[in-house]
Amino acid sequence: MNPDFNMTVFLTIAMAAMVTYGLRVGGLLLAERLPSSGRFRTFMDALPGTILLSLVAPGIVSAGTWGCAAALCTALCTYLTRNVFLSMVVGMGVVAVQRNL
Amino acid sequence: MFREFRIGFIANLPLAASVGAYGSVLGVLASQKGIGWGELLLMNLSIFAGSAQFVMVEMWMPPLPIVEITLAVLVINFRYLLIGASLRPVFHGTSLGHKFAMMHLVADENWAVTMAAHHRGEASTGFLFGGGVCILSAWCSGTMLGHGFGAVIRDPEAYALDFAFIAVFTALAVSLWRGKKDIAPWLAAIVFAVAGEKLLPGKWYILVGGIGGALVSACQHKEENNES
Repeated sequence: MNPDFNMTVFLTIAMAAMVTYGLRVGGLLLAERLPSSGRFRTFMDALPGTILLSLVAPGIVSAGTWGCAAALCTALCTYLTRNVFLSMVVGMGVVAVQRNL
Repeated sequence: MFREFRIGFIANLPLAASVGAYGSVLGVLASQKGIGWGELLLMNLSIFAGSAQFVMVEMWMPPLPIVEITLAVLVINFRYLLIGASLRPVFHGTSLGHKFAMMHLVADENWAVTMAAHHRGEASTGFLFGGGVCILSAWCSGTMLGHGFGAVIRDPEAYALDFAFIAVFTALAVSLWRGKKDIAPWLAAIVFAVAGEKLLPGKWYILVGGIGGALVSACQHKEENNES
């Protein structure tokens, strides 16, 4: 290991860290400069739900019929019990059973 | 503050096992690539973004392509711009220093748990930070165990641990449901995300689905104004 290599490692990690932190803080500070009423407010209020769905939708679809069934069971369980942990166990259970059949 | 921190920490515990298991997989990959545990720990603490770290380790081949790696991280983590923006109501009325300090430990997991709590009127920056510390602890423990001793669970898929994230995020999405006005934006988000994942490289589908769905919501707002 020569010192140059370690410097490069440090720089690579530092760049990635700065970019990531910049996006996190930048998003928050940017949102504060934008209007907090009207149509933009509606857009921002809808964002958490639509981001969450976008995170999971492709994964559910690519998990096939059983993935969709598991997601539906999870959603139904949350709707009925409001218990996120129980819903997670239900969804994982459906997928785990199917994979180990 | 400590009470909120503790509640946030506990609320994220259901996710900690999966985060740890995936961390151990990353730890194994990192040690195969010759990345030292100190360097991996530095990545965990300073970057703290799972999918970006996986891609970094994949691209880790000396001489390190710094520019390529930085760009890849930028693209994968672009969603944090939206995630950061959506946290505005939680940070309402806090100082700039508080924002700078609290925004570092924001991952998909503790953000999602916080937004669900915010929907019930129970979220705070302490809650968010407690969740961040919980996820960070699991992430560091997992990666260090994987790096030192090999994967804790060799095949997370067999135990549906990959589906744990999908299940939790699905459950949290349901708890964010605001009624009929969400039908069109949510359907749009699903369609945009699934199509985006098929047509676009990397993680762009999260942005496409998130922004696309929220735009549909913004369009509905206009209609309501016209009607009244």
